[in-house]
Amino acid sequence: MFENIIISSNEIHSFIKGKYDEGFNYLLDITAIDYSEYVQTQEEEFALVYILRHKSFKKHIVIKAYVPIQEVETISDIFKGANWLEREVYDQYGITFKNHPNLRRVLNHKEFVGHPLRKSYPITKGQLLHEVDDLIDEMNNRLLSKDIICKLDSGLFGECNKDLMFLNLGPSHPASHGTIRTYVALDGETVEAAVSEIGYLHRGFEKSCENHTYNQIVPYTDRLNYCSAISNNIAFVKTVEDMLGVTLSKRAQAIRVMLLELSRIEDHVVCLAAVLVDMGGLTNYWYMYNPREDIYDLLSKLTGARLTNSYMRVGGMANDLYDGFEEDLKEVIKKIQYGVEQTLSLIKHNRIFHDRTQNVGVISAEDAINYAMTGPNLRATGVSFDMRKDAPYYGYENYEFDVVVGSVGDVYDRVMVRFAEIDESIKIIEQVMQNLPEGDVNIKDASITLPTKEAVYGTIEGAMNQFKLIFEGVKVPVGEYYGSIEATNGELGFFIVSDGSGTPYKVKVKAPSFTAMSAYPEIIEGAQLADAILTLGSLNIIAGEMDR
Amino acid sequence: MELDPHTLPTDTAITTTLDEAIGWARESSLWPMIFGTACCAIEFMSVAASKYDISRFGAEVVRFSPRQADLLIVAGTITYKQGPILKQIYDQMSEPKWVVSMGACACSGGFYDNYTTMQGIDEIIPVDLYVGGCPPRPEALLDALLSLQNDLRTNTYDPERHKDFKGALDNV
Ligand code: SF4
Repeated sequence: MFENIIISSNEIHSFIKGKYDEGFNYLLDITAIDYSEYVQTQEEEFALVYILRHKSFKKHIVIKAYVPIQEVETISDIFKGANWLEREVYDQYGITFKNHPNLRRVLNHKEFVGHPLRKSYPITKGQLLHEVDDLIDEMNNRLLSKDIICKLDSGLFGECNKDLMFLNLGPSHPASHGTIRTYVALDGETVEAAVSEIGYLHRGFEKSCENHTYNQIVPYTDRLNYCSAISNNIAFVKTVEDMLGVTLSKRAQAIRVMLLELSRIEDHVVCLAAVLVDMGGLTNYWYMYNPREDIYDLLSKLTGARLTNSYMRVGGMANDLYDGFEEDLKEVIKKIQYGVEQTLSLIKHNRIFHDRTQNVGVISAEDAINYAMTGPNLRATGVSFDMRKDAPYYGYENYEFDVVVGSVGDVYDRVMVRFAEIDESIKIIEQVMQNLPEGDVNIKDASITLPTKEAVYGTIEGAMNQFKLIFEGVKVPVGEYYGSIEATNGELGFFIVSDGSGTPYKVKVKAPSFTAMSAYPEIIEGAQLADAILTLGSLNIIAGEMDR
Repeated sequence: MELDPHTLPTDTAITTTLDEAIGWARESSLWPMIFGTACCAIEFMSVAASKYDISRFGAEVVRFSPRQADLLIVAGTITYKQGPILKQIYDQMSEPKWVVSMGACACSGGFYDNYTTMQGIDEIIPVDLYVGGCPPRPEALLDALLSLQNDLRTNTYDPERHKDFKGALDNV
């Protein structure tokens, strides 16, 4: 259920505050639209879009405000999660937010000139960065907010009223997943203050969408959360299909459910393997990683690729399951269960594991919601929000499975929720495979799905049809729409603006890792350095999805 | 050069050139430093895990400190924002050193032809081996490793080979 609302730009703050008090206390996303190619039909050149979800999780609203002057009131005093989202709008579109505590670029680098998601910015115009941001003033503000005063000597930290050591965790660090940088001020082993810098893997997904057809975007979606590529494919094509108003066959829906759950497992095993390595438990890595190889083998047989599957298409998928898929899948599931069982036998009653994870990296349910955290990270705090139950699609309501929740919101809960979710996903997969409906996997609509190869090579209509679809793309009706699914890391959404052509006018990803990461500095302040590493691993931040 | 201690008397002396002896020693003790940023780094995890097992080729001592490594494997998309960091890591590695560019992104920007992605890491650092693929299969990376080892075995290491290289971030 959703509702579209248009408001004027000077009531943004009061209106959203009102909605917040009504129970819309979950900020999904903030973005802007540059209408400069359609100034005749639109009120203003820019509009801001706020997407909020109700605390019952069943309903969302899309609030749009045209912005005549490019400055509006911040809502970061209502939602902590708005802080980074507004910075991104500023960075990408150049709209400023009054009273924002820290309005600076977040994805692009500090020497970048211009705002790349404006239509006037040429897509291929790259800009070199010569020197990395030292983050000194951001850190200084953070320290001041904690009453720590440091002298600045020619731009560097001098003496402070506390004995501090400054350290960069990342971006090139094995536990920072290669691209995340956190600058910390340490008092001994304790993190006194932290600031995170992201954007090292910002590779222009959203701008690239604006010059590719819908089906050409599918491979790009693989590379958002590359640990579970297929679920990104599905989240994207499902949003496009909703805009087209088409319903997939029962078989296609069931296959998508099965693959969504398999991706969830694929992603959880790598997250768990990595988090245990961060703790020093290397043996678990081999137990957990091996089943992932088996999933790769199965997926390469099905889709032709191990990691970047690009299996989905608007209106269906590349091909049906192959003969013998079911038997292969059963084998793979056995191996997953074996890996999970072995790993759990190593950690379940392991004192070191419990001591290192319990009450470490805690985030409360209230803060998690305010930061718009979602998925296993949110469920670990005890909030039972799962789109598969709260806003079901593809017949999820017909499958029996439990939503796993934690109670404390610490590393232990986040790890254990993922372990238990693997079991639940296996349950769903087994139910799907027991009653897999017969039929086609692609809808029959010449304006959406490609004709058969025989038709392409044998008939002139078929050849024309193929040609037009490939060159022009699937034409999506004019509209602005937000669609989402429960992906591995939580609610993964796409906000798409279509002008009726085969290429989207604008695409924005609601990326679960982005908001989770924005909460990270606050979680680790006051904690031990080694625990900060574990906390990051347990949040399962995937840079591709976070930075886009 | 093959040595089998079982067939040789213990007091045997062998003659070889110094280059060859050093090349032989280097060949099987490459210490990689993984500069993994994206999807390709996940494939590197497979290379290191039991199925593909890079330790079969004597290169499993993965170091995340450039000062302890001699083989830089750049796995993943390098953005302009990442550029100075990659360059710094490269500069911190001491000679002898080699660079493998893993995947389409590191080689050429891949399909990210846009404002934020560097169009190949050879804009800023010299590369010895390019591995294509998006991502390359683990076998492809192992193949690169083997061909580098072959090169070390058969050719003299030339520290001057990149001396004319001038990257976009040099001299700034
Ligand atoms: S080459 Fe492909 S798989 Fe590798 S980092 Fe680039 S997009 Fe990812």
